[in-house]
Amino acid sequence: MSIPDTIAAPLPEPGPPLPAARRPAPSPARAAWRVARQAGAFIASLALTFLGLTCVTFVIGRFIPADPVLAVVGDRATREVYDKARLDMGLDRSIPEQYFIYLKKVLSGDFGHSVITSQPVLYDLMRFFPATFELATIATIIGVAVGIPAGVAAGANRGRWPDHTIRIVGLFGYSMPVFWLGLVGLFVFYGRLGWVSGPGRLDVFYEDILEPRTGVILIDSALAGEWGIFWNAFGHLILPAAILGYIALAYIARMTRSFMIDQLSQEYVTAALIKGRSFRGVVWGHAFPNILVPLITVIGLAYAGFLEGAVLTETVFAWPGLGRYITQSLFNADMNAVLGGTLVVGAVFIGINLSCDFLYKVADPRLRAP
Amino acid sequence: MTIASADPGGKISLRAWLADETPKSRTQAFLANLWRGVVALCSNPVAFGGLAVVLAIVLVAALAPLFAFGISPIEQDLAHRLAPPSPTHWFGTDELGRDIYARTVYGARVTLTIVVLVSVIVVPIGLTVGTAAGYLGGIVDTVLMRITDIFLAFPRLILALAFASALGAGLRNAVIAIALTAWPPYARLARAETITIARSDYIAAVVLQGASTPRILLRHVVPLCLSSVIVRLTLDMAGIILTAAGLGFLGLGQQPPTPEWGAMVSSGRDLILDQWWVATIPGLAIFVASLGFNLLGDGLRDVFDPKAA
Repeated sequence: MSIPDTIAAPLPEPGPPLPAARRPAPSPARAAWRVARQAGAFIASLALTFLGLTCVTFVIGRFIPADPVLAVVGDRATREVYDKARLDMGLDRSIPEQYFIYLKKVLSGDFGHSVITSQPVLYDLMRFFPATFELATIATIIGVAVGIPAGVAAGANRGRWPDHTIRIVGLFGYSMPVFWLGLVGLFVFYGRLGWVSGPGRLDVFYEDILEPRTGVILIDSALAGEWGIFWNAFGHLILPAAILGYIALAYIARMTRSFMIDQLSQEYVTAALIKGRSFRGVVWGHAFPNILVPLITVIGLAYAGFLEGAVLTETVFAWPGLGRYITQSLFNADMNAVLGGTLVVGAVFIGINLSCDFLYKVADPRLRAP
Repeated sequence: MTIASADPGGKISLRAWLADETPKSRTQAFLANLWRGVVALCSNPVAFGGLAVVLAIVLVAALAPLFAFGISPIEQDLAHRLAPPSPTHWFGTDELGRDIYARTVYGARVTLTIVVLVSVIVVPIGLTVGTAAGYLGGIVDTVLMRITDIFLAFPRLILALAFASALGAGLRNAVIAIALTAWPPYARLARAETITIARSDYIAAVVLQGASTPRILLRHVVPLCLSSVIVRLTLDMAGIILTAAGLGFLGLGQQPPTPEWGAMVSSGRDLILDQWWVATIPGLAIFVASLGFNLLGDGLRDVFDPKAA
């Protein structure tokens, strides 16, 4: 066991004062090489995390059901059917071999067939994804549009009433069960006030009129010039999006506040104030650009989080998205669909997460290690 | 080890004994530290509010039969199903005529059970992985942290959902599913703490005395990591409650007829437009419990870790 060198290390000799560090500006080639190296590390960690994800879904699918063959053929199957299914599923091979077969299938986009829809799982996922995408995007926009100004206001007025108000609003957002908030929202705004439309993406009247191009109804209807459908879809979308947006707002405002406080305590802020710039000018002109970079990660995390937070919201609002697809498959013991969905949501989540980390490093010069 | 040799014995008051700057024994030092923490906590209004809510919930859960006034949470009364809130049924009755007030009171038990069980599983795993990675460094560190990162990168509810569905519905499996997705932040936290601790002189001194690695980790590193882990745990408990309620809402938590808040909200889902109380009241309970832990955690962090606030 090595002894930490805090004891043994001799004190540094007091030499002549070092010249002020003046590193030559890195050449463009070197800078490009650094970005390339970071990109390499990024792709490697992406691949590794994805491999880990497939390991987990493989383990869940292969080991946790008492007998995966029985789960497929049912317990009334004859011996021959059972044996054939076992061979078909490759369960006579060794575990690592099974894993590689699974990995190969996953990489080629083959998640098996869904038992309920009897379509390939990948096809189902592509069909359900646009709804989740639509919801998550609008929710993130709401969260960013409200959360960032609120967080800046809280950070700039630390300890005063805007700060306390925003802290309480944020704490409430953190503590609300999203499915309950959805139900209460439906009760108040749909049931009592009638301001918004009920569950689903469109009224029954409008369904199946629109030719799906992107699958995102707001875009499709606008492209087709069907403004009636557009506003109908908007009425359905706004409540779930606002509720998810509130959850994002709580998180974004809190992080923005703490970044802002951090920046406002820096010396450049004092310098700018002494020079005579107004406080508002310092906050938005000097401090805000500095918090933008870490905010990328926060917004990305919130966005990625919706792909899972949406599971509950989609259930409450009967929103035909990924989360609802996964939960419905779950209750019909459709393991292929559940694991395929988990894998895809996980992959998107990991992708967004790590991309933000990467962007963050590329965008912030201070984080580029020499 | 000596046990509290400094006897307060009437002459020195207990408070003075606790505030003593030069503790005579380990126990006294420990108790004095604890006392200072409690005083700091209670003088912070946010933390105090949170503590009050959490203690109230613990009390209600522990004495559920008393708080429910002897009303059974599972007894059905189909003649009075979906009754609105009234003096006989404070929060109304659900679709099987069960008293929602009693069910909400008993539901605190399930929620607290999940929170406690998850904490008991998660903290040791996180501490073991984190301290080992931080102290041993090198290849152990790389491997353990990669595994942690992989788990950290997963969407928590989806993974818990997949686990819970594969293991089957039920309280035990919900706890396992939540714990499996909740431990990575603790490992990271413990590792970060350990790296700074491992460089300190007193660890070098213990190494020179010939202490084994497990002993160093257990006796000299883990106790110092505990305070930040506990702060983090309190903040996390709100999230655990929400995840548990989410699993319950989807039918993967505690199975009926035992009352569980998430499942109660779910049973009131289709009734929300006409019988709002069925879903609203248990949801409010989840919100209050989660808010209590959030307030307590926020306050604890203000008190013990002012830097991060």
